[in-house]
Amino acid sequence: MWYLCVFFHRLLDYRKPEVESLAQLFGVEESIEWKLPIHHHPDSPFHFVNLPSEDVARSIANRSILVKGMYELWGEGSSYEELEEAIKSYPEDRKLPYLCTGTTFKITVDSFGKVISFQDQNERIRSLAYIPFEGRVNLKNPDHKFWLMETDDHGIENGLPPVYQRRLFFGREIGGADRSLIPTYQLKSRKYLGPTAMDAEMALLMANQGLVSPGKLVYDPFVGTGSILVAAAHFGAMTMGADIDIRVVRDGRGPDCNVWSNFKQYGLPMPIGLLRADNNLPPWRSGLKEVFDAIICDPPYGVRAGGRKSGGRKLLKGVVGPYTVPDDKRTDHIPSTGGYCLAECVHDLLDLAARMLIMGGRLVYFYPVLREDDAPETNFPEHPCFKLVASSEQILSSRYSRVLLTMVKTGSYTDEFAKAARLKHLEFKENHLKWLEDGNLHSSVFSPADPQFSTLGDSKPNKESKPKYRGKYV
Amino acid sequence: MLSSNIKGVTNGFPLRIEVEKVVEKEVDFNPDFLRNMFAKIEWKAFVDAARTMGYAELPEEAEASMLESEEFLRKFHHGLLELHLEEGALVCPETGRKFPVNKGIPNMLLHEDEV
Repeated sequence: MWYLCVFFHRLLDYRKPEVESLAQLFGVEESIEWKLPIHHHPDSPFHFVNLPSEDVARSIANRSILVKGMYELWGEGSSYEELEEAIKSYPEDRKLPYLCTGTTFKITVDSFGKVISFQDQNERIRSLAYIPFEGRVNLKNPDHKFWLMETDDHGIENGLPPVYQRRLFFGREIGGADRSLIPTYQLKSRKYLGPTAMDAEMALLMANQGLVSPGKLVYDPFVGTGSILVAAAHFGAMTMGADIDIRVVRDGRGPDCNVWSNFKQYGLPMPIGLLRADNNLPPWRSGLKEVFDAIICDPPYGVRAGGRKSGGRKLLKGVVGPYTVPDDKRTDHIPSTGGYCLAECVHDLLDLAARMLIMGGRLVYFYPVLREDDAPETNFPEHPCFKLVASSEQILSSRYSRVLLTMVKTGSYTDEFAKAARLKHLEFKENHLKWLEDGNLHSSVFSPADPQFSTLGDSKPNKESKPKYRGKYV
Repeated sequence: MLSSNIKGVTNGFPLRIEVEKVVEKEVDFNPDFLRNMFAKIEWKAFVDAARTMGYAELPEEAEASMLESEEFLRKFHHGLLELHLEEGALVCPETGRKFPVNKGIPNMLLHEDEV
């Protein structure tokens, strides 16, 4: 059955993939169909989605972060006359159970891209008198919630997705996102934070992309302060994390301000294991395969935080020769680390995921992309064991954005893959310096703009010619 | 699940455990999770590890049919999830190299000459 799915107008690229992931989590096997209302831009918050049952629609909506509401549509039209016509011709047997005496209801008027005054809202509600409501009104805790939503026709002047025709929708609410999770988990009330802690909304979205559910085992190889695992634990998963930086995972900022306390703060189960380990040389026993249901992480891509791997900086560059740590200093020796470029980091991550994820398990991670106008189509990392199911861009600055990639393991990890990965590992080691320079994203993002550009006349006309429509910026 | 990954070491599993302090943390019981994990675990190494940490209730050998028994699952649950090595070390069976465990977190990082 087709349902009206209304999204929050934010993180536009993340909205449909979230619903698709959750559909799979709630047992929908085939891919789901989408439809847009007439003349609506794909970035419009209004979409129609075909789902097998109301229960599935409710489960998806209630678990989601970006679905404002999922509705059984009783009618739509481009004027109130058309809407009345449509509602009247909607089958009686679909309507009557929700209108009968003994039930309570509430009607909410909502709009997109305009404001409707309180008085006008009341008038619009009164104009619905042709619907035979028999129940009583209850504004606080109604049995059935009805929504009247409208968009006006507006071009592209106001920064919203262009709508060329006024549209009205009336429907019965089935479910909607619990956005109270976001203030609950917001970072400003989190006790222990690092410079790159993942914000709560995004971490919850990542957990949804990873199909996290009770009893699953989720791993984050760059755990940091645990912000992604907190979201996974919220949805009931067992969690494990590793980080190369012992100060982050072990010490934190005191006995009640560390990774463990971040879980305690919300009454969530602690991770079943935290490790200090190097993603470049993971310490898993050789026979261990297919343990994790999902790997969810935000790898260091060298813009706000750079990656590190084992082996000293000078050692990797070949400035100093190999040396042996003296025996008397071994116990407290702190091994040095060197730069870890993004390409190598992602290669290691894919190899680890291919080996350690169960079949059908998901790898969800961020990948940075430079936003150059003349840049060719971005090629996302690929692996023969994986199929890319979603890529959602979030623009971070005029120079670069990050893309959340969701990959599903579809092929098993064979000895050939292991061998190829080992060879690649050695190649990275041999050409350490070259890779480090080639993959330096930091300079591309922060180096001053090409002087040729800034001398080209006044910057003012340039500003005005910029389109107002913001799309992925929201 | 862990092993020693020092260059040249071929037999880095199972790591021997040196105990200084074990803590018990209560964890919610989830039979489905335990059934999943059972298949992934080297039972012998797991039983030895639990024994070193002072928990000797687990049977020497186990098979999937035992997962039907609540009593067995409870013991497995306790050994797997509720026993934490707070302070101590994991020791490589081949080289004797110690990976220290502090505040419940094993440090599996290698020294420069082991990479």
